[in-house]
Amino acid sequence: MIRVLNAGFFTTIQDKGRVGFAKFGIPISGVMDSYSADLANHILNNSLDTALLEITFGGCSLQFIKNTMICISGADFSPTVNQMKIPLNTRIFVHNNDVLSFGTRHFGAFCYLAVKGGFLTEIKFNSRSFFQNITDDFMIRKENLLPFLEFHDFKSSHASVKTKKSYFKKTKIKCFKGPEFDLLTKNQQNLLLKNKFTISKDMNRTGFHLVEILENNLSQILTSAVLPGTVQLTPSGKLIVLMRDCQVTGGYPRILQLTEKSINIFSQKIAGDTFVFSILKL
Amino acid sequence: MHQLQFKLFGEKAILIEWFPEISMSVLNGILDFQSKIATNNYPFLETIIGYNSLTILYSQKIVNYENEVEILKNIYKSDFQIPNKSNYFWEIPVCYDAEFGLDLKEISIKNNLSIDKIVTIHSETIYTVFFIGFLPGFLYLAGLNPQLFMDRKPNPRLKIDKGSVGIGGKQTGIYPLNSPGGWNIIGKTPLLFFDSENEIPCFATTKDQIKFIPINIKEFYEIQESVANRSYHMIKKQSND
Repeated sequence: MIRVLNAGFFTTIQDKGRVGFAKFGIPISGVMDSYSADLANHILNNSLDTALLEITFGGCSLQFIKNTMICISGADFSPTVNQMKIPLNTRIFVHNNDVLSFGTRHFGAFCYLAVKGGFLTEIKFNSRSFFQNITDDFMIRKENLLPFLEFHDFKSSHASVKTKKSYFKKTKIKCFKGPEFDLLTKNQQNLLLKNKFTISKDMNRTGFHLVEILENNLSQILTSAVLPGTVQLTPSGKLIVLMRDCQVTGGYPRILQLTEKSINIFSQKIAGDTFVFSILKL
Repeated sequence: MHQLQFKLFGEKAILIEWFPEISMSVLNGILDFQSKIATNNYPFLETIIGYNSLTILYSQKIVNYENEVEILKNIYKSDFQIPNKSNYFWEIPVCYDAEFGLDLKEISIKNNLSIDKIVTIHSETIYTVFFIGFLPGFLYLAGLNPQLFMDRKPNPRLKIDKGSVGIGGKQTGIYPLNSPGGWNIIGKTPLLFFDSENEIPCFATTKDQIKFIPINIKEFYEIQESVANRSYHMIKKQSND
């Protein structure tokens, strides 16, 4: 079990989310950066749908009440155990009473804390991913207790994986044309693909709004499916890149669709970061 | 039959579009296709219904899109007997009292209708559930009388109570959860439209019909209490469509 000493800015339990419940309007949800989350679970030999802690911008501090093995991947928020610096993407043994804390942010937005066997919080609609009105709470809070099974086999070999920091610096966001891309004029298409775009402060697990405006006179569409990675264009010209907690349907034209890899890369960006959209040929 | 349009939607989804109109014939076409896909051993992860669209999600990347579209077209053409799914007609109690109908007065002025007339028009119509989206448990309903069309509010409210019944443009709907929102609020139902404690969290489903039954404020609180202690019995009939 973990006792939450400080919940940080926004910390949630996540796994691969809820598929098969769109008919009830339930979003998919799940880890923002599935590449980094998979890495953490993989290093611990967990299955890839194991629930882990997703920590946004750090700031959180956790006390272990059981022995276990952990791995931290994704963003670097200078993690320490009992104030000793620990590496990312590496198996770390922790003991009863050890305190894991996060400090200065070096890069990225979301980091993942995997424990051996995963967190065993409540399952709702086949997933442990936190979501308002579906799970008991939508974020972890001070004094919460997060259950997992004790793990003793400290003889297991050490393992670590080297990762490329360039993953967090990529500025080319690969995507496909969205269903309504062809409704844009040639000029609007050129602006979309040549201009640099900036992530605004209006960003959360539901979607990232962009700063730049793409003037348009597209009409709204009859409400239809949207997906994580769908780029919507509003009548006022605002571009919204939908992320994992997005609703299942929407009425704004869907002009681009990020690749799965690009959603992961994009999720690690922060307000003020700039990037370009790059369209892949089908 | 309308000409269908197929579009690749990212690496792992195909979007199928019908003629862009809100109609029962389009909805029936979508449901027909959806059940054929589900019963043909066709590998897919999930389907999402829109007013004139069906989106199919896959667990794997689509390798050969053209080929996939051919398979889907053949499934659609297949002469498969769809098992008769029963649909229901639900009676939804709504209190249109001024305490809940925050925007009744404004609609009354703008649309030049008395408040009583708004309530009568809104509650005499039979609405069809097209699909659920926007929020968990939010029913997209067709059938709003054009006399009640009303643009969304320019400044959305930060919090609308769950159960609030509203009008947004050409649509009417019920907020299933507390949420920010820009719809014009005309009343409130004590029923739960999304219950995460229930394995089937929404009672209504695509093609069900609903009708709003006006209730007074006393009845509202009585029903709310029986909903809370799970003793309320929903009024439903077999729909004959």
